[in-house]
Amino acid sequence: MNNIITLPILIPLLTGIFLIFFRSIPLQKWISAIALIVTTGVSAYIIHLISTHGILTLQLGGWEAPYGITLVADMFAALLVLTTAMVSLCCLYYAFGTVGKNRERFYFFSFFLFLVAGVNGSFFTGDIFNLFVCFELMLISSYVLLSLGGERIQLRETIKYLLINIISSMIFVLAIAYLYGITGTLNMADLSVKVAEIGQDGLLTTVSLLFLVVFGLKAALFLYFWLPGSYSAPPPAVAALFGALLTKVGIYAIFRTFTLIFYHQPEVTHTLMMWMAALTMILGTIGAVAHWDVKKIIVYNVIVAVGLIIFGLSVFSSVSLIGSLYYFVHDMIIKALLFLLAGAVIIIARTHKLHEISGLIRHHPYLGWLFFIAALSLAGIPPFGGFIGKVFITQGGLENGDYIVAGIGLFTSLLVLYSVMKIFLNGFWGETILSKKEEGKVKNVLLPCSILAALTILLGLGAEWTYVYFEQAVEGLMNPNFYIQAVLHD
Amino acid sequence: METLMTITAGILLSIGTYLILTKSLLRIVLGTSIFTHGVHIMLLSMAGLKTGAVPLLGEDAAAYTDPIPQALMLTSIVISFALTAFFLVLSYRTYKTFGTDDMDQLRGSKYE
Amino acid sequence: MKFSNVMLETATKIIIFIVLTFSTYLFFAGHHNPGGGFIGGLVMTAAIVLFYMTFDVVTAREVIPVNFRKIGAFGALIAVTTGVGSFLFDVPFLTQSFTYVDLPLFGETELATSLLFDVGVFLAVIGSVMTIILSISEDV
Repeated sequence: MNNIITLPILIPLLTGIFLIFFRSIPLQKWISAIALIVTTGVSAYIIHLISTHGILTLQLGGWEAPYGITLVADMFAALLVLTTAMVSLCCLYYAFGTVGKNRERFYFFSFFLFLVAGVNGSFFTGDIFNLFVCFELMLISSYVLLSLGGERIQLRETIKYLLINIISSMIFVLAIAYLYGITGTLNMADLSVKVAEIGQDGLLTTVSLLFLVVFGLKAALFLYFWLPGSYSAPPPAVAALFGALLTKVGIYAIFRTFTLIFYHQPEVTHTLMMWMAALTMILGTIGAVAHWDVKKIIVYNVIVAVGLIIFGLSVFSSVSLIGSLYYFVHDMIIKALLFLLAGAVIIIARTHKLHEISGLIRHHPYLGWLFFIAALSLAGIPPFGGFIGKVFITQGGLENGDYIVAGIGLFTSLLVLYSVMKIFLNGFWGETILSKKEEGKVKNVLLPCSILAALTILLGLGAEWTYVYFEQAVEGLMNPNFYIQAVLHD
Repeated sequence: METLMTITAGILLSIGTYLILTKSLLRIVLGTSIFTHGVHIMLLSMAGLKTGAVPLLGEDAAAYTDPIPQALMLTSIVISFALTAFFLVLSYRTYKTFGTDDMDQLRGSKYE
Repeated sequence: MKFSNVMLETATKIIIFIVLTFSTYLFFAGHHNPGGGFIGGLVMTAAIVLFYMTFDVVTAREVIPVNFRKIGAFGALIAVTTGVGSFLFDVPFLTQSFTYVDLPLFGETELATSLLFDVGVFLAVIGSVMTIILSISEDV
């Protein structure tokens, strides 16, 4: 009986509903900020509980697993929930100053919180159909956030994004239907037991590939064609939230299904995943290097990171998984940071074409150096957060003999560094062409960015201290029995 | 019966796919909703049809039909209902703003 | 433009009450039999939409002066809060309980906390569906 693990889902959900009744926008801002601060606190406490008591489970409504819906908080999910809460808090604060009255009036903060609730729900659920429901809560909020404001580009991109996601959601339901037809259960722990019992034959492997396609679409793993357009349409605070959270939920689902349920035939599934990851990294990097548009460069960097994280999973050793996890958490933070900074650059320069931006560092030195830190961290330069993840992933890959893909990972890191340095060198360095008066106004930008930058440095320097938690998370991923025991025999 | 339902689902899915691939926005919306119907029928027939009595309290029978696919289907119907409604409003707004419902013209230009 | 159709108006005045009654029936039947908040809400919405169609939007808004967005939010709030109630009794989230009460007129009646949840769903469905339909129909 751990009702506390419903709180990271309930607090944003209830607050979001509450906000609809308040017309006063300052009040809405205050309440939503407080809600996310409390969520952060609760998530940190949940991590503490898990590190002392092991995996927490809750059978909703008292219906025992595998019949009822179970919420499961293991270390992996809890770390992601904590990161989600912190990142969304920063994005929220950034949104206060930049999102504009027009969106705030149409329940922007409510949908913002619904999205956070959906993301947290996806992380904590222990039931594969409930995962679908939480996905939908998150996606519906994201459609609204994407289209809110009603600019031409937003409407156009929302249609494509919506269409892609409706189709992938329906394939998700279809895959669940097949899985239910074969195993007769939906509880993920029970599925793991059943699949191990009857053996993962060709049929189940095919179903697992269907799941890979679905989650690959959501996570932008190789099937990323929809992402660059739709992520560059919304305002920066929303884009940051999308870049930091939405694709990550897809990655989380891949992690969960392929470490807990379909781990019996890695020579098929994990090999396929590895090559998808390699292609994702290569194609994403090409996009990031080729574009001279601030938004597009950052957007393509989201795709590269997805490839690297999934590569760590596909190697499937404890070293590479720890690396993946570090990079996962790091990437949520750093992508939010990059989107927010790029948003600030675009607001100040009033354009997103890199050729027309120059010398911003003269009037905005602090912003410039923050961007520099973010760029170094993204590329994995020590002592920042990205370094540890990349080291472990590469080490795991090399130990496993996947020299080519590990090499691709390292090579793309270099190009990633080039792509973001391109923004720094062209946008911040050089001759200052805008006077103070010509610049767009930004406010409330530096504080959230500084917090996120501090987090990524902390993740790097405090690796010694956080390692325990990540190790516990990976232990849980490598041994599905912990999860099964916690859910079915509590 | 299951075979027939599977074939029906297949037909619905192919009609849905065809409609989604057309240019007109309204047809695409209809296509997604037919597509979801196909998926729902598939979901329903996956656990076997008519394997026992209605799964309600008070029915006295040796075997009951599995209620879970029905519950899943209901949830999925509600979600797709909300999505279709949202999609319709969005298409309408897009049509009003752009003055066209042709997907080819909603492609987006290089210089934005 | 005032559009009026005597036959439609006369029929609507009767039909609406039949539909509303049916909606209430479905809502209460939902605990043990097919029906429930979602279906009840949809049927109720059908009645309201019929009303909007027969008499024009301005008249309808005078007769039903409610903000459907708020109704929807209120319903969702009730639905979630009934789940949160379980925190007070130290049982898992969303746990339901029921009891038998002797009500006047009805005799022994089963009262379940899940009925409250259903009220929430009922209102949420009415609120959200009406919001969607009105937002499409308003700007022509």
